[in-house]
Amino acid sequence: MTALLHIDDVSVHFPVRKGLLQKQVGEVRAVEGVTLSLKRGEAFGLVGESGCGKTTLARAVLRLVDPTSGAIWFEGTNISGLKGKALAPYRRKIAAIFQDPFSSLNPRMTSGQILSEVLHVHAYDGSISDRVAELLSICGLAPRFADLYPHEMSGGQRQRVGIARALALDPELIVCDEAVSALDVSIQAQIINLLEELRVKFGLTYLFIGHDLSVVRHLCDRLAVMYLGRIMETGTSEEIFSSPRHPYTQALIDAVPAPDPDGEDARDHVSLAGEIPSPLDPPSGCVFHTRCPIAFPKCATDAPALQALGGHHAASCFAIDQNKKTTDPKVRDVQPQ
Amino acid sequence: MTLLETQNLTVSLVQDGAETPLVRDVSFSVESGETLAIVGESGSGKSVSSLAIMGLLAKALQIQSGRIMFDGRDLRTLDQEALRQLRGRDMSMVFQEPMTSLNPVRSIGSQIVESIEENLGLSGSAARARAIDLLKEVGVADAERRMKQYPHHFSGGMRQRVMIAIALAAEPKLIIADEPTTALDVTIQAQILDLMARICKDHGTALILITHNLGIVARYAQRVNVMYGGRIVESGDARAIYNSPRHPYSEGLLRSVPRLDQDRSIPLKPIQGSPADPFTSISGCRFHPRCPYAKDICVAEVPLFTAGIACHFPLTTDVNEAV
Repeated sequence: MTALLHIDDVSVHFPVRKGLLQKQVGEVRAVEGVTLSLKRGEAFGLVGESGCGKTTLARAVLRLVDPTSGAIWFEGTNISGLKGKALAPYRRKIAAIFQDPFSSLNPRMTSGQILSEVLHVHAYDGSISDRVAELLSICGLAPRFADLYPHEMSGGQRQRVGIARALALDPELIVCDEAVSALDVSIQAQIINLLEELRVKFGLTYLFIGHDLSVVRHLCDRLAVMYLGRIMETGTSEEIFSSPRHPYTQALIDAVPAPDPDGEDARDHVSLAGEIPSPLDPPSGCVFHTRCPIAFPKCATDAPALQALGGHHAASCFAIDQNKKTTDPKVRDVQPQ
Repeated sequence: MTLLETQNLTVSLVQDGAETPLVRDVSFSVESGETLAIVGESGSGKSVSSLAIMGLLAKALQIQSGRIMFDGRDLRTLDQEALRQLRGRDMSMVFQEPMTSLNPVRSIGSQIVESIEENLGLSGSAARARAIDLLKEVGVADAERRMKQYPHHFSGGMRQRVMIAIALAAEPKLIIADEPTTALDVTIQAQILDLMARICKDHGTALILITHNLGIVARYAQRVNVMYGGRIVESGDARAIYNSPRHPYSEGLLRSVPRLDQDRSIPLKPIQGSPADPFTSISGCRFHPRCPYAKDICVAEVPLFTAGIACHFPLTTDVNEAV
């Protein structure tokens, strides 16, 4: 079976211009040579810290930015060069849910109008009002919500409208960019469960962008860890979280405090030194070497390639064989009694 | 020794003649040198109660009743000048947004020096030397050079280090940190919280850590207050609350978060509904509309806060057995 979405060696660079003549003085290499495949029906996570390129990559998939090089294949068609009419069907098939449901919904439109607009624009054949009611109920909102403005709803309700809008045209792929990050803990869990339920019900595929590792692990079958535009490690959630092989992944997992004081006391915390370098001037060789606890001279000169580790697992690190540290067993084995 | 104690603190928003209570009858204490976490969702009153302690409430917010005792003094009886002297010297605050809480048109150095001059009475090169020491202590490399730089030269994590340096300048007895790492990346979050924990331990500073992140509480706090709808619903030893929460809201929160140390196929058990809106009147226990165990009395009567819990039917079973 071919992949639903195949991102093939995609790079996205932004020119940095300065001065009166807007001369190009540099470029931000936001995404650099990323290759990924999403199977139909799976939830794929992209994790990383600010500036790692996860959102830019998602925007490239949504065709909101054009890749500098590489191709984005969707159902066997390269959509990265498509324009106008040829692109329209893919706008229907790929939808998006954004982080902040307050700024991504028009404050002057009711949720009913917001949903009908999408249907109008894409010439939905059928009763628009029926479809709006159906969408609201799919997302757990009573029909009366069609008449409410965004400010009259809570954060969780607004995000449900955002999800209903993404579902309006029966998409195949939904790009969820930090879709639950702005929500309160108790609401976040409701939305996570809703997203899971919808994926199963409609056979959706998710490209889920997040910075919260526990949320991404919970929702996604597979994921990729990005750092400064490049993939550091990729694999199934089990592979990545039970035996992370890249020192960056290991540090990220270490940095997440667990809601369990006993487990936290038993863990040894190694926090990563230093800051994320500027993507304007990324380090030479392996981009992570400036913060890596195990870097050696070669890391500063050569860039490691993604190396297969069996299964879906791959990591780009020269020290991959020395790097078999599993996450602290004392923590991992804490199971409900 | 008890450093801070609030007794029956009630803070309301007074607008157009209407009073909306945001913090209701809150009593808690902080011992010298300990870390107390306050957890809660939006609108729970966790930030407003700490602003009340600092005397930094916006005009429309008024303390309606209650006492705030700090180091033997009743803060509500102090005038603005006395409060101003207390702030910075004896208690200071670290906010969530390090970008908006630093002055963008003044150098980092001058902002730290200001705090030192104001609170320690040092001036000139002595104040500067102290500022450089502080920057070094909070892990800012190349401190002499960075003193001359402006906030926009600093990353989010570095700005938060500067905020901590300013908060620390006068070696206060209490630091209130309101979501200090919410705007930061996870690896930077760990750095900043480790730094705060180390500094508070070294200096014997008490810390009130306000957060919505239950993991942070587990890693850094000894005691925790869980707030909901303006009230403390449960309070006690962090370990005890995590292992066997007694308030249904605490239990609900713990079940709502996905965890790295749990099987990912276990579905999350969210709390139904939305957090209580301070503008909506709810009779009885403010959690009752979302509570799976609510009975008639919960609708009729506000549960009293006694022995660390405000619930008519506190849970007795271990949360892990109930899963």
